[in-house]
Amino acid sequence: MNNEVKIKAKNVNFYYGNKQVLENIDLEFYQNRVSALIGPSGCGKSTFIRLFNRMNDLISNTRMEGKIYLDNIDINGKNVDVVKIRRLVGMVFQKPNPFPKTIYENVSYGLEVNGIKDKKSIEEKVIESLDRAALWREVKDRLHDSALGLSGGQQQRLCIARCLAVEPEVILFDEPCASLDPISTRSIEELILELKKYYTIVIVTHNMQQAARISDFTAFLYLGELIEFGPTEKLFTVPKEKTTEEYLTGKFG
Amino acid sequence: MKFTIRAGVVKENIYKWVFAVSAFASLLFLVGITITLFIEGLPIFKEVGFFDLLFGKLWYPTYDPADFGIFPLIMGTVWVTVGALVVCVILGVGSALYINELAGKKQRAILKPMIEILAAIPSIVYGFFGMVIVAPFIQNLLGLPTGLCAFTGSLILGIMALPTVCSIAEDALSFVPKSFREASLALGANRWQTMVRVVIPAAGSGISTAIILGMSRAVGETMTVLMVTGGAAVIPHSFFDPVRPMTSTIAAEMGEAVMGGAHYHALFAIGLILFLITFIFNVIAETISRKYRLKLGLSG
Amino acid sequence: MKNKITQNLGFFLLFFSIITTLFFLGAIIYFISVNGLKVINWEFLTQVPRKGMTEGGIAPAIVGTFYLTFGAILFSLPLGLACAIYLCEYSPKSYVVNIIRMSINNLAGVPSVVFGLFGLTVFVKFFGFGVSILSGSLTLGIMVLPQIISASQEALLAVPQSYREASLALGATHWQTTKKMVVPAALPGILTGVILSIGRVAGETAPILFTAATYYTRGYPDSVFSEVMALPYHIYALMTEGTHPEKQTEIAYGCSLVLLILVLLVSTLAIVLRQRQRGEL
Repeated sequence: MNNEVKIKAKNVNFYYGNKQVLENIDLEFYQNRVSALIGPSGCGKSTFIRLFNRMNDLISNTRMEGKIYLDNIDINGKNVDVVKIRRLVGMVFQKPNPFPKTIYENVSYGLEVNGIKDKKSIEEKVIESLDRAALWREVKDRLHDSALGLSGGQQQRLCIARCLAVEPEVILFDEPCASLDPISTRSIEELILELKKYYTIVIVTHNMQQAARISDFTAFLYLGELIEFGPTEKLFTVPKEKTTEEYLTGKFG
Repeated sequence: MKFTIRAGVVKENIYKWVFAVSAFASLLFLVGITITLFIEGLPIFKEVGFFDLLFGKLWYPTYDPADFGIFPLIMGTVWVTVGALVVCVILGVGSALYINELAGKKQRAILKPMIEILAAIPSIVYGFFGMVIVAPFIQNLLGLPTGLCAFTGSLILGIMALPTVCSIAEDALSFVPKSFREASLALGANRWQTMVRVVIPAAGSGISTAIILGMSRAVGETMTVLMVTGGAAVIPHSFFDPVRPMTSTIAAEMGEAVMGGAHYHALFAIGLILFLITFIFNVIAETISRKYRLKLGLSG
Repeated sequence: MKNKITQNLGFFLLFFSIITTLFFLGAIIYFISVNGLKVINWEFLTQVPRKGMTEGGIAPAIVGTFYLTFGAILFSLPLGLACAIYLCEYSPKSYVVNIIRMSINNLAGVPSVVFGLFGLTVFVKFFGFGVSILSGSLTLGIMVLPQIISASQEALLAVPQSYREASLALGATHWQTTKKMVVPAALPGILTGVILSIGRVAGETAPILFTAATYYTRGYPDSVFSEVMALPYHIYALMTEGTHPEKQTEIAYGCSLVLLILVLLVSTLAIVLRQRQRGEL
């Protein structure tokens, strides 16, 4: 297996006010692989991945130390445009959050804000993205209905389609199935496995089975520290650290 | 390089600055109003003297020599405001308590919009109503020489200020945590005791804010008092005397005052005093409501 | 037992307050409607006044009120919305927010006649706009600005943070997010606020006394520099000037009813809109 580094976190510390929530994290994520971040809730998983598209910039009174590289470029560097970073690093949120617009507009929004004006190419891209997100068949007759009328699982796939349309290189999933039923969860998981052909995927989950089912690599975070990182199979079968083993066997969490 | 900053950033910053400048418009206007009133109002203070202007008992601006004593006008405002306050506090806070404590969901859904509609009626309509319906009624009822007096003015003004008091007080009451009520009821207090001893004190500063803002509204109201208070610029001795509050003096006399003359400046001086009074009321109201929010741990 | 009586008495007093309040609301609407309906007809609404205000209609006053209101909103909406956007979307430092918020609150408390004095000094005299639609609209616009700002702020704050995050995560800029996502989502709420302000502006008299209004014009205004008749001022003028008090009172009833209907329609619309929005969220 040839693993090419796509994202690299180096000595990352993160603070909310005076409270440190991430401690000295070093981690690499590889191209065309699914990497999962697991750990009990409140361990800083979501905070950590929100650093990769600089979403934490929006929260006041926070501070980051260390470096994050995307294709070996420091994304917090002086001449880096945060908007461009976010175009390359897409994100799917915990709770499906489609815009209060039509299904079509939800997907075309990202294209329009990225300066694409040609109606024809927008339409092609919308169809392609919906198709890739395995939603096209279900919505093709109601593209101009409100997205809020879709089911939870459909809404989440729409959010994925919306994200795909801007052609990111990395997609961050922040507990994408946390508010979905098992059937919808399954379809999202299948989708993620399909998407890794084209993208680098990082997924936060508190569901260990989910990590085991879909990821190639797994990182275990506990109380803001990276306890262990490695190929998923190894981490789940022969964990190196005692804490990892205890977590996996349900001693806490 | 693919991450470097776009040309669009400059445009974005321009928008941000446009917004920032707009945001300060309110401050600009407030300062503008203050400056205007000082520039146009101060000359009369110099001419007549601070004390004689404020406490002079005669207001004969068009006589020769003219008298510019604002005291009767101030007293007019005081009488009418105090009267209005009685009306709007009793009815406004009473209504707020009724809506919040006694009314069911359905009643509330009707009553709250009703209060809003009362607030939406223009002051000129209140004034007109007071002049053609209420004043003659009160004149006949009490056998007065005229129905256009401080009493009628207070009544109408009180009704006008009522929605302000009612809706702010109602907000304050609805912020009182349910647990306060439950705790009191569980101790065996009945609903009335709970309301008087627990709910009203807990919402106390909110209710005081409501009253101060209602008062501020009453002091500043113009058209209603202009039409129903009778307009006599003399110090009133009873609620049934005609009065001429400060606002209505400005409204009624600005048209006939010679621009730049002493009368003109005197009217601006009245405006300045009004402005300062309402400004102080607002600052007090704001201070109280901020403390109250801190106390309840509410932000903003 | 004594407690029970106190409670009943107390509750009765509260009931009495609300009933008295409603009684006044009913009385105003009843008397104005009954007397106003007698004079309102098509001619009254579409003709210019004749014979020293004792006959004819009030069309120029209706038109004047429309112009003044339109002008005021045209001025205050962009300004107020921009201010609200700055406060909600650009979240400046807290002391800046405090200064701005204090100004807004205090501006909201300034007596309406003082706005009139300000308009007279600044717009009528200093800028030389004269007694005109322009001066009146600007004065009314400043008066209603705080209301527009707080309505817009409330609407913007009601837009879920997740919409902003989703938009930014797609690579939309801050401005694009505001323009294409947040403001459209807040628009119904902003509109409700604007509609309520329309009611307020249309009914105000004191600010236009010295800046825009006149007792009588022969026809309709022909530019923004014309002085105008306006419904609220017309009521005042009819009751305090002129030589045929009885005739004039009748017309004033008609004017009041027209103004009342206008304002109540507008606020009812706003109240209904708002309730529907709250139902949706």
